[in-house]
Amino acid sequence: MELVLAIAIGIMTSCGVWLILRPRTYQVIIGLSLLSYAVNLFIFGVGGLKSDEPPLLVDGVAIETLTDPVPQALVLTAIVIGFATTALFLVVLLASRGLTGSDHVDGRSDRR
Amino acid sequence: MIELSHHLIVLPILIPLITGAVLLFIADRQRVLKALVSLTGTVALAAVALLLIGIVASENSFDGVYLLGNWASPFGIVLVIDKLSALMVALTAIMAVPVLAFSLARWHSAGAHFHSLYQFLLMGLNGAFLTGDLFNLFVFFEVMLAASYGLLLHGSGPLRVKAGMHYIAVNLAAALLFLIGVSLIYGTAGTLNMADLAARIPTIEPDRRMLMEAGAAVLGVAFLTKAGMWPLCFWLPSAYSVAAAPVAAIFTLMSKVGIYIILRLTTLLFSEGPSAGFGSDVLLYGGMATLAFGTIGVLASQALGRIGAYSVLVSSGTLLAVIGLDDSAAISGGLLYLLSSSLTLGAFFMLVELVERGQDAGASVLAVTMEAYGDADDEIPEEGEGVTMPGTLAVLGICFAACAILLSGLPPLSGFVAKFAMLSALIGTGSIGVPPTAPALAVVTLVILGGLATLIALTRAGIRTFWSSIEGTVPRVLVIEIVPVMLILALTAALTVKAGPALAFMEATIRGVTGPQAYIGAVEKTVPLPSWRDLQPSAKGD
Repeated sequence: MELVLAIAIGIMTSCGVWLILRPRTYQVIIGLSLLSYAVNLFIFGVGGLKSDEPPLLVDGVAIETLTDPVPQALVLTAIVIGFATTALFLVVLLASRGLTGSDHVDGRSDRR
Repeated sequence: MIELSHHLIVLPILIPLITGAVLLFIADRQRVLKALVSLTGTVALAAVALLLIGIVASENSFDGVYLLGNWASPFGIVLVIDKLSALMVALTAIMAVPVLAFSLARWHSAGAHFHSLYQFLLMGLNGAFLTGDLFNLFVFFEVMLAASYGLLLHGSGPLRVKAGMHYIAVNLAAALLFLIGVSLIYGTAGTLNMADLAARIPTIEPDRRMLMEAGAAVLGVAFLTKAGMWPLCFWLPSAYSVAAAPVAAIFTLMSKVGIYIILRLTTLLFSEGPSAGFGSDVLLYGGMATLAFGTIGVLASQALGRIGAYSVLVSSGTLLAVIGLDDSAAISGGLLYLLSSSLTLGAFFMLVELVERGQDAGASVLAVTMEAYGDADDEIPEEGEGVTMPGTLAVLGICFAACAILLSGLPPLSGFVAKFAMLSALIGTGSIGVPPTAPALAVVTLVILGGLATLIALTRAGIRTFWSSIEGTVPRVLVIEIVPVMLILALTAALTVKAGPALAFMEATIRGVTGPQAYIGAVEKTVPLPSWRDLQPSAKGD
């Protein structure tokens, strides 16, 4: 499972990095979204991977078998903030499109 | 057990939050009411900040740890106020009042929700200064950034939208790095509470230490982007120079957040144990590169706004290099410099807008051609209601000269005192025959060259603006616009007069920061209050 998660994070990060280096605003925002998914998965990963374990302290159950609840709380916050900032970025993207008539990050209209 | 004054700690976050939220419910049409509410909130914030710094400065044993939600320290989130955070909160609050007053002349009506965004920015700034928890720091950072995105776009226009888009993209990427750094540190150290981290990091196992240091480095990249260290600073000049004047003024504080956190975390996490001094070389050489880049940028800029933006970089670079040198006497001079340069740059950004008002809109960008082909100032002054300042050009000129003196660090104002304190500590006058190290000398040289370059650039710009364009239109400046600038400059003058006590306070601040045991001890010994039902929430303690 660690390998699958690591590969998933790696693929998403590399796609995201490639996309945010592209000249179109739409590509940049997709790149940022992919990167934030990768980061969210990464935060999950640092708590240690366990499936079907509750993030709660239960009497008589060893702590090692439980899921760490803190990364889950962190990832929830990160998702919410990521949504909000992505939405805001979309608005700016549309404003820029309206003002310059182009979706180039510098407002240039030439292709390539 | 707990006095009422203890709750003052949380007020710098609550006051802007509530003020900003209340302002959302007042329609933009009711401008006067909005302005009054916003101004009241900001003045109240300044009062609280001054009260806090008074308490922190007078009592050495002030219990500055505030348990949010009354949970014991490593489990719950804490706010911590010591001299350093009190100083930064006070600087923010004191800057916020004149900047807001300045914006009331015209900028606050240039777009929707200026006042709410402004208050939320203040909340984010204060929260970042006060928090004692890394993840909570992320949240306040995002509050601050979200407000700053809106403020940068305030007033709209193609230039602002373009710079805003770059700014948002860069900061979103930096926020992701922030998260990666925080989660790596959590994964290796098992805690995000800053005091707890400081206690645990010296004893972390070697096989995890490398990962922890990688996390800290990634985290550092996020803060250095905010502070504008050299390879990470290309977004800063364009963003700061196109932002509306009051927004640029308050943004100068935002780059100081990066500096503050770097100072806080390096002193707290990497002052002892096997990781001691981690990253200080990066800060030193990065700071020097930033200083050099800022100096060249200041010289190369024609527009006043860009000179201001590159001066922000010069200021950041100086501070980063001094922090990297890890000399506590120099850092206490650096804190005075931080105070003085933030105030000056804030005043400068506002002044630039007033000065350029009389000029052609595109003139400053094309200053080279303007110098070559003569001036063509036929701009009709924009109308605004209010009392016009008499003797406008003289007042503007005096303020501009004061800014130039402060930024380049000439006597008699506080810029000189601060630089002198910093440089004399670096050269080592007073200490017993210890020759200054090569990096220290390099920093000294760069700081002096930076001051010279600033002086040249500002003299050139001043001559062009005030002397060679005599037939140009005199800008119409309102009293409410120039008085805040004069007020901030008066503060720097006060800082000069009271330089002795101020420097003594900075030294005490640095003593408190470089000995992290006091910070760790204060956080660890704070226990939650017993609940009113006498249910001890977490009496385990250890």
